[in-house]
Amino acid sequence: MSLARRIIPCLDIDGDRVVKGVNFVGLRDAGDPAKLAARYNAEGADELVVLDIAASRDQRPTFLETIRRVAAELAIPLTAGGGIRNVEDARSVLRAGADKITLNTAAVARPQLISETSLEFGAQAVVLAIDAKTAGDQWVVMVRGGREPANRDAIAWAKEGVALGAGEILVTSMDRDGTQSGFDTGLTAAISSEVSVPVIASGGAKLPAHFAEIFTTGHADAALAASIFHDRVQPIRELKQFLSARGIPVRLPC
Amino acid sequence: MKIALLDYGAGNVASVERALQRLGAESQRAATPECIASAEALLLPGVGHFETLIRALDDRKLRAPLLDAIHRGVPFLGICLGLQALYAASDEAPELAGLQLLPGRVRSLPSIVKLPHMGWNRLLAKRPSRLLEDVDADAYFYFAHTYAAIDEDEETVAACSYGTEFVAVLEKENIYAVQFHPEKSGEAGAQVLQNFLRMCV
Repeated sequence: MSLARRIIPCLDIDGDRVVKGVNFVGLRDAGDPAKLAARYNAEGADELVVLDIAASRDQRPTFLETIRRVAAELAIPLTAGGGIRNVEDARSVLRAGADKITLNTAAVARPQLISETSLEFGAQAVVLAIDAKTAGDQWVVMVRGGREPANRDAIAWAKEGVALGAGEILVTSMDRDGTQSGFDTGLTAAISSEVSVPVIASGGAKLPAHFAEIFTTGHADAALAASIFHDRVQPIRELKQFLSARGIPVRLPC
Repeated sequence: MKIALLDYGAGNVASVERALQRLGAESQRAATPECIASAEALLLPGVGHFETLIRALDDRKLRAPLLDAIHRGVPFLGICLGLQALYAASDEAPELAGLQLLPGRVRSLPSIVKLPHMGWNRLLAKRPSRLLEDVDADAYFYFAHTYAAIDEDEETVAACSYGTEFVAVLEKENIYAVQFHPEKSGEAGAQVLQNFLRMCV
């Protein structure tokens, strides 16, 4: 008996639409968030992530409304992030129906944001999202949607984030994102072995074998992907059956 | 049937509300002693810190009417922190008294496992359960917590194992409580809520 490994579809949101791109650029429309949410809820997703990729102040009410519409479709947990800069931003996202928030750029700029939100809402509600990229023999943190380097080591930042109260780490490999060449098992395993909280791996997934690999050699507790689920390249039900047949504990949908 | 959803400002009230709506049940948010006193069924959702919940109950003067309603036999369902609040105390906020309906103490899960206990896990049945009627024995439920009631007793109808065994479902007369989030646990969770609603009529 053990905790099931989670499969998490991610909706990148621009206003009230789901969008997708490769390496964080070249966005195109991928559908209605509420419709996709309902589909994933029925197909056996373990959780859903929605990210406000524009994260602009004027678009905020639209994003909150999107969270409300998505949450109404779900009987599974919802994580929402993008543009959360203070406790009140976090509160409005949680009040709109999210169970957890992700912090990224704003936490790099002001790490206390992690402890403030963790104290206010509990560590289980605070996910530190780290966009990491290879630089020489290390992984460095990238911010502002992966556009700018933050001059921080990704593993050290994960450890610091957990010490400040993050209850989970969402690590995206910028090298792999959009390539469909598989998750970065080295990066994920390095973070997973250094922190005491669950780690969600993201970036590069396509084949069922990629998921099996990230749960075994990558030591991930959950795996996140977007377009392969949106485009029905990889149905969640079959993915879970594949993993289950390989002895990886998953919650099989009925 | 008037189901009162105790609203002390916690995050998951809306989720529980939606889950009840999906089952066709009407609920009302209750944030005052009067609302609790007139409730025909009570639901205490909770997520976050033990201190936030206990302080909110006391600041809003909800402790006495809540205990009074439970003693009168009003069906009660506690979710997550709502289960932990039933105990005498919690190591998460040792200076505060819980509702003291159960004698044990809430403790941290052991740090040999990743904490929080976050995700989908299965139950170990201990006794026949009314809340788990028609629920598959190997169904998964969504957990998100670090603290738990580790000392099982005769109220424990199902446990869960993560680092150690802890109370996942308890039933004591009209008191029902679950450590997982039925409102976030798909169809299995909906069945648990449905079973509670059935006991409310």
